[in-house]
Amino acid sequence: MTLQKIALAPLAYYWSKADTLSFYADALDWPVDIVYLGEVVCSRRHEMKHDDWFALAAELRAAGKEVVLSSQILIDSESDRRSMHRLIERACAQGLQIEANDLSAVRTMQQVQQPFVAGPHLNIYHADTLSWFHGLGASRFLPPAEMSGADLALLQQSRPPGMQTEVQVWGRMALAFSARCFTARHYRLKKDSCEFRCDAHPDGLLLSARDGRQFLNLNGIQTQSAACTDLSAQLPQLLAMQVEVLRIAPQSENTAAVVAAFDLARRTLAGALIPASIYPARSEPCNGYWFGVPGMLLEPEVTNA
Amino acid sequence: MRKIDLVAPAGSLVALKAAIDKGADAVYLGLKNATNARNFGGLNFGDADIHAGVEYAHSRGRKVLFAINTYPQAGAVAQWRSAIDSAVRMGADAVILADPGLLAYARDSHPELRLHLSVQGSATTIDAIELMREQFHISRAVLPRVLTLPEIEKIIKQTSVEIEVFGFGSLCVMAEGRCLLSSYVTGDSPNNRGVCSPAHAIQWQETDRSLYARLGGTLIDIYAPGEPAGYPTLCKGRFEVGGELDYALEEPASLNTIGLLPRLMEIGISALKIEGRQRSPAYVGQVVATLRAALDAAARDPGRYAPRQEWMSTLAKHSEGAQVTQGAFERPWK
Repeated sequence: MTLQKIALAPLAYYWSKADTLSFYADALDWPVDIVYLGEVVCSRRHEMKHDDWFALAAELRAAGKEVVLSSQILIDSESDRRSMHRLIERACAQGLQIEANDLSAVRTMQQVQQPFVAGPHLNIYHADTLSWFHGLGASRFLPPAEMSGADLALLQQSRPPGMQTEVQVWGRMALAFSARCFTARHYRLKKDSCEFRCDAHPDGLLLSARDGRQFLNLNGIQTQSAACTDLSAQLPQLLAMQVEVLRIAPQSENTAAVVAAFDLARRTLAGALIPASIYPARSEPCNGYWFGVPGMLLEPEVTNA
Repeated sequence: MRKIDLVAPAGSLVALKAAIDKGADAVYLGLKNATNARNFGGLNFGDADIHAGVEYAHSRGRKVLFAINTYPQAGAVAQWRSAIDSAVRMGADAVILADPGLLAYARDSHPELRLHLSVQGSATTIDAIELMREQFHISRAVLPRVLTLPEIEKIIKQTSVEIEVFGFGSLCVMAEGRCLLSSYVTGDSPNNRGVCSPAHAIQWQETDRSLYARLGGTLIDIYAPGEPAGYPTLCKGRFEVGGELDYALEEPASLNTIGLLPRLMEIGISALKIEGRQRSPAYVGQVVATLRAALDAAARDPGRYAPRQEWMSTLAKHSEGAQVTQGAFERPWK
């Protein structure tokens, strides 16, 4: 039986160039098979330019990693659209893969007739839509975060030939995107003069509900879950339903330990044992979406409810 | 300069008639199930009401658009396909769809049917809109509320697809079709069930003179005595960030484009949509009448157009949180 692959999701946060490069330098030695690179949240972030991402891509590829460049998720201006075109053109010229994260990137990939990864925000909920994306060139896809395990199992049964499936098994989930920047809003700054305050929040800016519980996580124009998806206990099921790739979201600390835990789990074909110490700062685990209940819940709570 | 169609919400037959009587060019409606993005209790159309509504609109030369704009869930596509077939049978002038799989079905099964890409389809660029035109021959796209007017103008110049924008009503601060906040808390989202912050997940509690609003068990706001409490939509709650309590995502406010109408005509907008199938027939009638008068005035003499005081006060009455904004079109936060 082929071992499931481990993928590092594109970095969602705004780290300094030094921190970013140091993170990926470490990742060279981790048992990850696929690395997604690029800025997917906000085009104002400029620590890593296209040149830097492509240099990193070359380095990771030379070390034997499969590298995928990820396109921006919400494109709301002509300049961002052009930047996406430049990214794709350059990636294709270098034989690098693309994760298309919106319909504009999908069209661009169709035009250049290159296979692509259909990202998790393309709303692929059922077989007809999956086969439409397949027809445009998608060779791997990620289901929406809110899809249940039961629905994914159904979808897997009607997968087009050659299509691979990747599921986020670890990390805070991207729940929403806006034209507005919530980090700038928190600092009473305008988006276009945000002073790049995201750089002070390497794992996002936590938002609590009125009862004090950590609830959401602000990351510029993106809103994430405060809780950390943990599908380690579902690995045997993911394997049984032929999910080929397990996606782990980078966090500022302990990503190596997370990768190690999932690496062990995929080799032993058992659920991973996750020590509480490796969750992102101040987060709790959740897996509700998998069970078709609110995403923020954790399964034991569900069965007791 | 082109004429802008006024597209009004119809959550019921009474609202549909109010919209037509007050001058809407088209109404949009949904069936009583999860195939549309306002799948609320007591709302939407059964077969008899649809027949009556379509007859009422068509006999007055107006159009009826069927919103089938949620995402079919795995293994359940039959219900969505059947909604499209029903729409055709009942005389739909167009269907409003978001999901590519459904768009493919509609194009193949009903080649003559006019297709509108829903705001839930998340097409924010010329590439995305052209992809949907090339693939499905869509006639119109409804733009997500994330674009400025200059960006919209650039899109219109590059496509033959008609462009519809939101003109009035409650605002989604998040890009439509890509927001899972509601399912994170309640299990149900606009994409998977056609709802946001659904009523079944809301719990009100009055204690020590304060009013507590919980959604799926999460406390999303506390209202002081006498403080007006709106519908507890998740993104419009007050939360704590870095020790500060605030509307961290969005203050309750309504979109109002009445001051922008000549500009919308100038850049070539085809249709202006009023949000609110969940709102009352009185809301629909008054907002339609006001925007009808404003659109007609702007069309007659765009150079001298200015919103009248009585229009502003009528619309203010129907605004959420008693605040109005021109939203992404002008980006006050930019």
